[in-house]
Amino acid sequence: MSELLAPTPTGGPDFVQLLTPEGQRVEHPEYSFDVGEADEAEVVRGFYRDMVLTRRIDTESTALQRHGELGIWAQLLGQEAAQIGSGRALRPQDYVFPTYREHGVAYCRGVDPLRLLGLFRGVDQGSWDPRQNNFANYTIVIGAQTLHATGYAMGVQRDGAIGTGDPERDTAVIAYFGDGASSQGDVNESFVFAASYNAPVVFFCQNNQWAISEPIERQSRIPLYQRAHGFGFPGVRVDGNDVLATYAVTQAALQRAREGNGPTMVEAYTYRMGAHTTTDDPTRYRMSEELEKWKLKDPIARVKVYLTRNALADQDFFDEVETEAEQLGARLRDGCKALPDPSPLSIFDQVYVEQTDELAEQRDGYAAYLETFEGAH
Amino acid sequence: MTKMTLAKALNAGLRKAMEADPKVLLMGEDVGKLGGVFRITDGLQKDFGEDRVIDSPLAESGILGTAVGLAMRGYRPVCEIQFDGFVYPAYDQIVSQVAKIHFRTHGHVRMPMVIRIPYGGGIGAVEHHSESPEAQFAHTPGLKVVTCSNPVDGYFMIQQAIASDDPVVFLEPKRQYHADKAEVDESTALVDAQPLFTSRVVRAGSDLTLLAYGPMVKTAMKAAEAAAGEGRSVEVVDLRTLSPLDLAPVYESVRRTGRAVVTHEAHSNLGMGSEIAARITEHCFYSLEAPVLRVGGFDTPYPPSRIEEEYLPDLDRVLDAVDRTFDF
Repeated sequence: MSELLAPTPTGGPDFVQLLTPEGQRVEHPEYSFDVGEADEAEVVRGFYRDMVLTRRIDTESTALQRHGELGIWAQLLGQEAAQIGSGRALRPQDYVFPTYREHGVAYCRGVDPLRLLGLFRGVDQGSWDPRQNNFANYTIVIGAQTLHATGYAMGVQRDGAIGTGDPERDTAVIAYFGDGASSQGDVNESFVFAASYNAPVVFFCQNNQWAISEPIERQSRIPLYQRAHGFGFPGVRVDGNDVLATYAVTQAALQRAREGNGPTMVEAYTYRMGAHTTTDDPTRYRMSEELEKWKLKDPIARVKVYLTRNALADQDFFDEVETEAEQLGARLRDGCKALPDPSPLSIFDQVYVEQTDELAEQRDGYAAYLETFEGAH
Repeated sequence: MTKMTLAKALNAGLRKAMEADPKVLLMGEDVGKLGGVFRITDGLQKDFGEDRVIDSPLAESGILGTAVGLAMRGYRPVCEIQFDGFVYPAYDQIVSQVAKIHFRTHGHVRMPMVIRIPYGGGIGAVEHHSESPEAQFAHTPGLKVVTCSNPVDGYFMIQQAIASDDPVVFLEPKRQYHADKAEVDESTALVDAQPLFTSRVVRAGSDLTLLAYGPMVKTAMKAAEAAAGEGRSVEVVDLRTLSPLDLAPVYESVRRTGRAVVTHEAHSNLGMGSEIAARITEHCFYSLEAPVLRVGGFDTPYPPSRIEEEYLPDLDRVLDAVDRTFDF
């Protein structure tokens, strides 16, 4: 890791941290963990539960791929704090544009984790209705969704849904992307558009250090968050393995957008502890000692230490969360195998809102062809 | 009735669509204060404001990508790509996102968007300003592709495209923008205009069916006129819609004439003519007296403008193809 790209070891102003890897609460001059009227310990316990369940979604899905039940799975192992911290900072009216790895954010938005599996099993392309949870479909083309988020935010502006002071109306949009995506033209164009129109969008970059086999140094000579300054809006780097800091920083960025003060880039500095996907083999391109080093910064372990050391949670709580994770895992296992294959004829039906005669004819022709087979019904 | 050019008709159609639906937005490079490099959006920003007629940064992928987000928020963006050859930076957003989002979301999310592209050559322009990329979009499931050839169609088709809940690539023959005037009856209700995704027989004939669209309709009509002087009765069809194709009237025509020629400015190889010839052969095989011939641009990049008239199918090349079908 080049010195230039790494944060200072102790944090510091360019690296917002509120909970150290050792589970110590620390203060930051600009950002604080503010949960408003809520009980802080309860919120932190909630984050812990969210992260454990998210990790379980991930490990269970990885196992399902190994058993041949999923074609592929994009792992988020190690990025639980970045996703839960940011996902929990959202309000219902906010809108999320994810990549294909935002399983934790999807969970925060109330998307049934079982629905995430369809895409990876090959039975659908994301069956959730984006309008129900304000959570767009997974976008696989790297960075394309950052423009969608910016455009959506331009729509929010036109609807007058920013800067009214009404906490249930003022709306922010969040675009997730990774360190690799930061090289994409679409991401850079989205920065230009968002800056030009002062759109209420938060660009949330999970810098997990690796774009498949390419290290962050291949994408950037400067820390990613500093790029925002060149586009004319603030960028901030947060410890992406610190759920409290990620929550605080994202909440501030979202609020800034909702108030009509424009875009912010958040670089959540984290680590992809797993492979890029289940088809990838990181042992070909990175040293195991790097992984071992990051394991010491595990996003879940530090919260557990914090809760335990400060007597904010007892063993019963941890046992309950573990039981819940077991139940979720079982539900995913059974549910995944029960996901039905789509009908071959269904592909013709949703190409257009208004079906064309020629596609209807193609569908009918194929239906008639299928009927010629023995046992057809 | 008002006599207007295609450029004015499109402008009037856009204005009418914006009046009819406050969710309609125009966006693109120079579409606001300048009114577009061809002045198609002239005066609209002044009347509808900067929030509805959006001068965008100079980034085509950005225009299309943000339009996707605006559509998801409930708007109906009408994107202007300044010239045909500049659409490719937006190609990924159009093909991978705009075209597929309805399908990908199992119908939950619609993309009611129009992508306006001035296309075709013959204006003496430099490279990238004279291309005909229609086949690339017609080849993409999820998009609909239409093109107008005259002011009346321009006026109604642009409004119909905007009213469509599917994404429509709207190709405007730029050399026709200011070429001819026609009477446009603005009092005709949109529902009474010819439906968008339909072709039209624009000249009746009995010996051969000549298919054209966009900028080539004018050439086809001249060719039919010239052929008539030689005693050949040529029926001309303005295809108007390229995806979906509306070929039922074409099949009906070819079954009568037994001969068909299809012409376009785009490259011949895998152009619209190839698909149309294949479909006519499938549907009218026993009626055909000759193979369906194509008269297109050559399979070269668009040439320097001083020799573009050699590249573009003209009256004589169309007539030559007509003659050749009678050799069989």
